[in-house]
Amino acid sequence: MSHHHDDHATTSSPAAADASQAQTGTMRVKRGMADMLKGGVIMDVVTPEQARVAEAAGAVAVMALERVPADIRRDGGVARMSDPDMIDGIVAAVSIPVMAKARIGHFVEAQVLQSLGVDYVDESEVLTPADEAHHIDKWGFDVPFVCGATNLGEALRRLGEGAAMIRSKGEAGTGNVVEATRHMRSITGEIRRLASMDTTELYAAAKKLRAPVDLVVEVARTGRLPVVLFTAGGIATPSDAAMMMQLGADGVFVGSGIFKSGDPEARARAIVEATTHFDDPAVVAKVSRGLGEAMVGINLDTLPDEQKYAGRGW
Amino acid sequence: MSAARLPGAPGGGRVTARAASAEWVPGQRLVADLRGEPGADVEVAPDPDAPSIGVLALQGDVLEHLRALRRSGARTVRVRSLEDLAAVDALVLPGGESTTIGKLLDRFGLLRPVRARIDDGLPVFGTCAGMILLSDELDQAEPQPLVGGIAVRTRRNAFGRQVDSFDTRLPVVGIDGGPVDVSFIRAPRVEAVLDADAVEVLAEVEGYPVVVRQGRLLATAFHPEVTGDGRLHALFVGMVRDSGG
Repeated sequence: MSHHHDDHATTSSPAAADASQAQTGTMRVKRGMADMLKGGVIMDVVTPEQARVAEAAGAVAVMALERVPADIRRDGGVARMSDPDMIDGIVAAVSIPVMAKARIGHFVEAQVLQSLGVDYVDESEVLTPADEAHHIDKWGFDVPFVCGATNLGEALRRLGEGAAMIRSKGEAGTGNVVEATRHMRSITGEIRRLASMDTTELYAAAKKLRAPVDLVVEVARTGRLPVVLFTAGGIATPSDAAMMMQLGADGVFVGSGIFKSGDPEARARAIVEATTHFDDPAVVAKVSRGLGEAMVGINLDTLPDEQKYAGRGW
Repeated sequence: MSAARLPGAPGGGRVTARAASAEWVPGQRLVADLRGEPGADVEVAPDPDAPSIGVLALQGDVLEHLRALRRSGARTVRVRSLEDLAAVDALVLPGGESTTIGKLLDRFGLLRPVRARIDDGLPVFGTCAGMILLSDELDQAEPQPLVGGIAVRTRRNAFGRQVDSFDTRLPVVGIDGGPVDVSFIRAPRVEAVLDADAVEVLAEVEGYPVVVRQGRLLATAFHPEVTGDGRLHALFVGMVRDSGG
């Protein structure tokens, strides 16, 4: 199997693939990986034990990090990529895919995460940005990237840089779904507006969105993003997850909402089941019973602007 | 590493060259007609006598299978309940996370009913996670819920992690027109065929089976549904028609 930017032929087997034609790190396998996560829940975990709880609950992947966003918020200071030992411990603990976060623009943290063998890098506003003008040029990596977006223009700028998956940002670590709702409605609403425009209008729309015109034309023609769109930031209950799915998400990230709740095992499982049966209120009702305390949460009106993460990223 | 520029680092033209030479550049559809609602790209309505093929829709790339089946002339339906299952002539187990799909099959009471229909002759096509679910055994210590039905022992993530996922062109026995365009994504492979009389191996990579067929069950380690090469779906729809479905 050869690297796609190398040119050497390697071993082949009889009546089988010509190994010299195998290519790793293609946009197709990067996006395809995200396709396999659709309809699923990706859970933040900070220990191997939590990773096993998430896997047992039916998570499609885990996000390995040192502190969940609620604790990053509480502790303050600079939030960085996790310790490689901690990531290795989680990779070793589960058989499902493992994601990890790099700071916005911190291409060396991303290089390190790729070398550790994580399955997806989240270039995340939850960590303290390392570059106030530039996101990582993601095309050069074999590992795929997911990036946050608050609106369609931001999502398309990230795709232009090589992201293979988008998540709406929400406001991580608050247990409050209102920002996730705002960002999902913004992205899907802007897509619908593009789809109604004639071609002349699309050039002006691209300028207004500050997005590459060819991507704007693609979205207008197909009526959706060319990659998987998940939701993140503030999802705390099975109903939150089902609401995001009904708003058009392909799946959900749950950060602090599980392991900051009273009964993480039960809540993790319930959110997985509600995500699968998001359009069946009877199932969502059934799995919502007896989950104990949800995380307390933060009213966004009381959160100063400088403490909001969604504005990070450009 | 000394000569090559590290990914993401400033300077040099490699990254730009890669973006421009990749199989997808911004604004150019990766695979035409892959997304949107199933059937939107199919101009001719499916024949009402065409077999009704269900795609298990608990988690995974359901939409891609619905579209590929439509293009092969089948009628399609999402399967999430016993009622859905009872109504289909055949079933696809899609790509996704096999542990998640297996657990949801079990929790929602579908695992045994799917197996019962297989034992009654239901044609089933599994890709990647679907191949894992159709395997009689897994090459791992941790138990996970399986449907079973194909006498193979399969190893999950057999080619490595996501950075090792790859696209390739693969000759498949019984598929005309040259190698099939496929993506292996954290893919499994068959480590051992447990019943050589029952299981046909239709393709291999590095000496390991990656396409197997046992009676009316077909399984691939890779994802034909994400590439737009519809020949494996056409093969399966042909199997369903031959079964009288």
